[in-house]
Amino acid sequence: MHIPTDTFELPNGLFVTLSEDHRAPIVAVNVWYHVGSANERPGRTGFAHLFEHMLFQGSEHVGVNEHFELVQRAGGTLNGSTWLERTNYFETMPSNQLALALWLEADRMGYLLPAMTQEKLDTQRAVVKNERRWSIDNQPYGTWWEELPALTFPSSHPFHHSLMGSMEDLSAASLEDISSFFATYYTPDNAVLTIAGDFDPREARELVTRYFGPIPRGKPRPPLEHLALPPTFGQSLERMVDDDVASARLFLAFRSPVLGSEEWYTASVCAAILGTGKGSRLYRALVRERELASEAHAFTFDLSVGADLLVADVLARPEIAPDELRHAVYDVVEQLQRDGVDDADVRRAIALLETAHVTSMQAAGERADKLSMFATYFRDPALVNTHVDRYRSVTAARVNQFVQQRLGEDNRAALLYVPRRKPAAEDALTAAAAGDRP
Amino acid sequence: MARRPAAGPPRPYHFPRFGRRRLTNGLQLIVAPVHELPVVTVMAVVEAGAGTERVEQAGVAALTVRALLEGTRHRDADALADALESLGTSLDVDVDWDTAIVDLTVLPGRLEAALQLLGEVVLEPAFPTRSVERLKAERLAELLQLRTEPRGLATETFERLLYVSGSRYGEPQHGSADSVVRLTVQDLRRFHETRFQPGGMTLVVVGDTTVDEAERLTRGIFGARAAGVPPLVQVSDAPASTARQVHLVRKDDAVQSELRIGHVGLPRRSPEYFPVVVMNAILGGLFSSRINLNLRERHGYTYGAFSSFDWRRHAGPFVVSTAVQSEVTGAAIAEVIAEIERMRAEEVSDEELSLATSYLGGVFPIRYETTAAIARGLAAMMVYDLPPDYFDRYRDHIASVSTADVHRVARETLRPEMLQIVIVGDAGVVTPQLAEQRLSAPLLYDTEGRPISG
Repeated sequence: MHIPTDTFELPNGLFVTLSEDHRAPIVAVNVWYHVGSANERPGRTGFAHLFEHMLFQGSEHVGVNEHFELVQRAGGTLNGSTWLERTNYFETMPSNQLALALWLEADRMGYLLPAMTQEKLDTQRAVVKNERRWSIDNQPYGTWWEELPALTFPSSHPFHHSLMGSMEDLSAASLEDISSFFATYYTPDNAVLTIAGDFDPREARELVTRYFGPIPRGKPRPPLEHLALPPTFGQSLERMVDDDVASARLFLAFRSPVLGSEEWYTASVCAAILGTGKGSRLYRALVRERELASEAHAFTFDLSVGADLLVADVLARPEIAPDELRHAVYDVVEQLQRDGVDDADVRRAIALLETAHVTSMQAAGERADKLSMFATYFRDPALVNTHVDRYRSVTAARVNQFVQQRLGEDNRAALLYVPRRKPAAEDALTAAAAGDRP
Repeated sequence: MARRPAAGPPRPYHFPRFGRRRLTNGLQLIVAPVHELPVVTVMAVVEAGAGTERVEQAGVAALTVRALLEGTRHRDADALADALESLGTSLDVDVDWDTAIVDLTVLPGRLEAALQLLGEVVLEPAFPTRSVERLKAERLAELLQLRTEPRGLATETFERLLYVSGSRYGEPQHGSADSVVRLTVQDLRRFHETRFQPGGMTLVVVGDTTVDEAERLTRGIFGARAAGVPPLVQVSDAPASTARQVHLVRKDDAVQSELRIGHVGLPRRSPEYFPVVVMNAILGGLFSSRINLNLRERHGYTYGAFSSFDWRRHAGPFVVSTAVQSEVTGAAIAEVIAEIERMRAEEVSDEELSLATSYLGGVFPIRYETTAAIARGLAAMMVYDLPPDYFDRYRDHIASVSTADVHRVARETLRPEMLQIVIVGDAGVVTPQLAEQRLSAPLLYDTEGRPISG
C-alpha cells in the first residue's frame, strides 16, 4: 500500500499536500491549524474549542448557518474538532464539489472577522456549555478527559488545563478574544491543507492558489512554554474521584515518549500488548481469569511535544472495590516487568496495528486527516508510508527496555473513579440486580 | 471570493458489483470484489437478532454471540484470541433486532486462515459454563451502569414505554436483569441450534478477493453443514398507548434533561421508505434540519437535536433525541412538538426538499467508502429482501421524492397526539415547566423504571 503525497507551499506559508487517487468520485479537504487548548491564556480555558464552533457561523461571504447548508446541499459531510495541540476542519465531498470546499475553507481562514457578532458568540457559548454538560458533567466518568491531564501534567504545563474549559471562563470569552486569537493563530503559515481522493492535481493547485494565495501570512506566534518534562513523573501520582457510577474505573497513565519518536512506536506496541484485544495481558488476566473487570484497554494519547501518555483504562465489575481494582492492574503491570514480552507478543501487536492502519486508510477523510497530522507535526506527510515499517522495527528487547524504564512505580499516575455511596435502600436494589437474591 | 464556485460535472459512481452464490445447504454468499486497498471484510449475517427471541428469554441472542468468542470445540478462548490476533484481526460480534453479526477485517494473505476461524466460531462454539456465567454478570453490570447513564437510560425507558406489554421490542435489546439471570448454557445451545442454520445465514465478503476464491473458501468451511432453516418469528409492534403522555425518570442531580420524544414508526419494507427518509432529513435528520436549527442554532438549548426512524423488520421507533439544559426542558419539548406539527400542517419549501435530496444523493458514495460499510449495506439488502439493483437505484428513488410526497407521509406517519415524551432529569426543576407549556403532569419513575408517586 502506497499513499501518494505531493506537497507544495504557498508564498504565505500554507503547506499543501495532494494525495490523488480515483477509487471513488469522492474528495476530502482537511485543514489543521497548529493551535489547540495548549495555546489558551489563563482565564480563557475552553477558548480554542469555542472558537472552533465560531468557524461554522459564517464568514465574510458565507451567511450564518450557511456553511453547513452549502456542504450538505453539495452532498458532503463535514465537521471539526479541537485537541490539545491542534484544531481541524474537514469535508468529504463528491469530487465535482472540490472548489466549494476549498472556497469555504479559504473564506473562513481569510475573512472570518466581518461575520462575527455578539449574538453568534452568545449562542455558541450556550451550545458549548451544553456540550460540556452532555459530554462531561452529566456523563458517568465524563470528567476523565480533564482529570487525567490535570493529574499527569504540572500546573504550569500547557497540557494541564481542561480542553472543554470551565463554565466561568466560557462566560468570560469576548469578541475581542475572537479577534486576537484569529489574528494570532488562524493564519496560513500556521495551517496545513490536505486534499485526498479524486481530483485533477493541476486544477487543485490552481484553486488552492486562487483562494488561499491572497491571505496574508501571520506574525510570529508566542511559543508554548514549560513544555519540556523529565522522562518519568518521578513519583507515584494518585487521584480519587467520587462519581455517580455503578463500578470503579481506573485510568493508569505512564509518561511516555512523544509521537513521532522511535520510542513512541515502542510505546504503541507495548500498549497493544497490554490492552488491545481479548488476547491482551489486561483482558486475559482481569476480565477472563480473575473476573474482576468487564473491560480493559490501553492506548497512547499521541502528543507530539513535551511528553505523551500511555494509558491503561480498566472498568471494574460492580462488586469489586476500587482498591482491589488498582492492585489487580498493578499486578498485571508488575508481571509484565518481571517476565517481559516475547517475540510472539510483539508479532501479535504489530499485526493488529498494521491491519488497523491499512483499514483506516480506506476513507478519504481519514486518509487526509492522517496526512495533515504528519504535515503539521513533522512537515512530512510521506511519513504515512513508513508508519507500518516503524512498527515492524520494534523488537521484544526494545519493548522490555521500555517496560523497565517507563512502567515503574516512579512513573505511574492512577486516576481512580469511586462509586458514590448510595442510600441503604438503593444498595439493596443494586444487590438484587446483580443477582444476589435470597 | 465574492463569487461562489459552481459545481463541476458529476463523475460517475457505481456501487461495487457483487456476485451471489448459494450453497446446497442454503447458505447464501455475496461477494463484492474491491481491490483498491489490501483488506477484506468478512461478515456472517445470521437471522438471530433480538427480535427472534421469546420475550421471556430476552438477551439470549446477545449472550449467544458474545459467548461465541469464548472458545470452540477445537480451542479455548485464549487460544482463539491468540490465533485471530496473530493474523492481525479480531472478531466483532453484535446483535441488532433482526440479525446477529460476526465479522472481521484482515489483510488478503491471511483471509483463508481468518475465515477458517470465523467458521469455527459460528458453527462449533463450545459455550463453556464459566464463560457464560461471566458474560451474564457482565450484562448485569451494564444494566447497573445504565441507571447512572442518562442517554442509555432515556432510550431504554422510551422503548419500554412505547410498545404493548409482551412485545419483544419493549425489552432492552440485550435483555433485562430479570430475563438475563434466568438464562442457562442450555438456552444458548438451543438458540444457537435453532437460529444458526445455513438457511438463515448469509456470508458477505467484500474487498481484495474474487467471487471464485471466496466461494471456494466458503464451501470448504460451511459446505458440510446440514441444511436447515430457522423458523420465522413475529414481533408485535403495537403501541402501548395511543394518547400523548409525559414520563419523567427522576435523576435529581442532573444538569441536563435527556429527552426522547416519539411514537411507533414504520417497518423497513414500508412502501413509503424513501419519502419518509427525506421527510425525516428535513425534520431532524440533517445538521441543517428544522429541529437542530431551532433547538441548537436559534435557541442554544442543546449541543444537538435529531430525529430518526429505527428501521427494523417490524415497526421500530420514530424518535426525536436531544439533551437540553434543565431550565429550558419545557420550552424545548414545546419546540419539538411544534416542529412535528408544522411538518403536517404545510408543505416544506423547495429549498428544504432539495437540500435533503441532494444531501442524501450526494453522500451515498461517501457512506460506502469502506469494505465494512459495503458489507453492512449488502447484509441489509439480504435481511430485508431488497432488490439486487437497490444500490444502483437508491439515488433515483431519493431524487424522485416531491414536496407533496413529503407532506403526505408527514400527515400519515407523524402522530403528535400519540407522542410519548420521556425525560430523564431533575423533577423539581422540570415539572413546573411542563405545566407552563400546558403539557400533562408527568408519570414519575425511578432509575429502575418503576413507577413512583409524585
